Amino acid sequence: MAKVLVVTSGKGGVGKTTSTAALGAALAQMGQSVVVIDFDVGLRNLDLVMGAERRVVFDLINVVQGVAKLPQALIRDKRLENLWLLPASQTRDKDALTEEGVERVIADLKTKFDWILCDSPAGIERGATLAMRYADEAIIVTNPEVSSVRDSDRIIGMLDSKTARAERGERVEKHLLVTRYDAGRAARGEMLSIDDILEILATPLLGIVPESQDVLRASNVGCPVTLNAASSAPARAYTDAVRRLMGEAVEMTVPVERKGLMDRLLRRRAA
Amino acid sequence: MMNVMRLFGGRAASAPVARERLQILLSHERGRTGAPDLLEMLRSEILSVVSKHIDVDPDKVVVRMDRGKFVSMLEVDIEVPNGVQRSKMVAAT
Repeated sequence: MAKVLVVTSGKGGVGKTTSTAALGAALAQMGQSVVVIDFDVGLRNLDLVMGAERRVVFDLINVVQGVAKLPQALIRDKRLENLWLLPASQTRDKDALTEEGVERVIADLKTKFDWILCDSPAGIERGATLAMRYADEAIIVTNPEVSSVRDSDRIIGMLDSKTARAERGERVEKHLLVTRYDAGRAARGEMLSIDDILEILATPLLGIVPESQDVLRASNVGCPVTLNAASSAPARAYTDAVRRLMGEAVEMTVPVERKGLMDRLLRRRAA
Repeated sequence: MMNVMRLFGGRAASAPVARERLQILLSHERGRTGAPDLLEMLRSEILSVVSKHIDVDPDKVVVRMDRGKFVSMLEVDIEVPNGVQRSKMVAAT
């Protein structure tokens, strides 16, 4: 049974697209068939983060409008054969996305994939509501920072009221993914701790992705961090998160960088 | 632990402040999203009752809710110009 997940946050710049790419790749690395959909019409970036920007021909809006067939618009990942991307349109007419159109595309994708990850745009406008509209589960990406937590709270309220599931009286299962976390600063009282965030948002935790240079390095080269630096702390955090999504009981930890002296010297030169 | 660190020149922890501000803010905002149109509903009903008797400018009717910790204040502000006409609805009766 295919699962539809929305990766959302309200606030921009917290790591939705990075997380969508990393989670999608991690699922595919575990043998699942995955499609990631970019819902950020006009400001697409998932293609860039996944290194597929030069292979975009057709997009989600073309499929919704019947200009292209779904298989024409799907882009297969160069590294993982069971990972696919459905890019957003770079043209500005957001209104081209209709509820019925999105519903049709998602229903079609459900027959072909195990996981459908919808990368939501920031904000609470049309793009964001459409991205969450047909989701079975939601991943709320939150930074340990007041504005991000506030916006996450708002998005949680929308997931409970504006989704197709909510309107049918069912619930969208919600998971919190805390990104850019610095355990040291949290311990010193300089940053909201995981416990603070969980107490405020009252949503189950899916994973803790530590602040790391590996994340930027991965997006620089257009490769999900779980592929580009598989043993790095953020990659392990995303892989653990995916295991939990698949129902495994994985102990919740904040992965830390494993660095030997040589490793550090080499890394500095490479970076 | 925290106190020891403060003694050694560490700055006061700001995370507890963030946490408290968020808790207060969100408890207010959650209430509001529960009934997003309550104030607008009050405003339009108050306006319709008042304008039965006095001509008022709809833009000059302001309804505000200030939520406090223990009690909340519903503030209704209606500007009535001097020498105002009694509403025709009343005059006709």
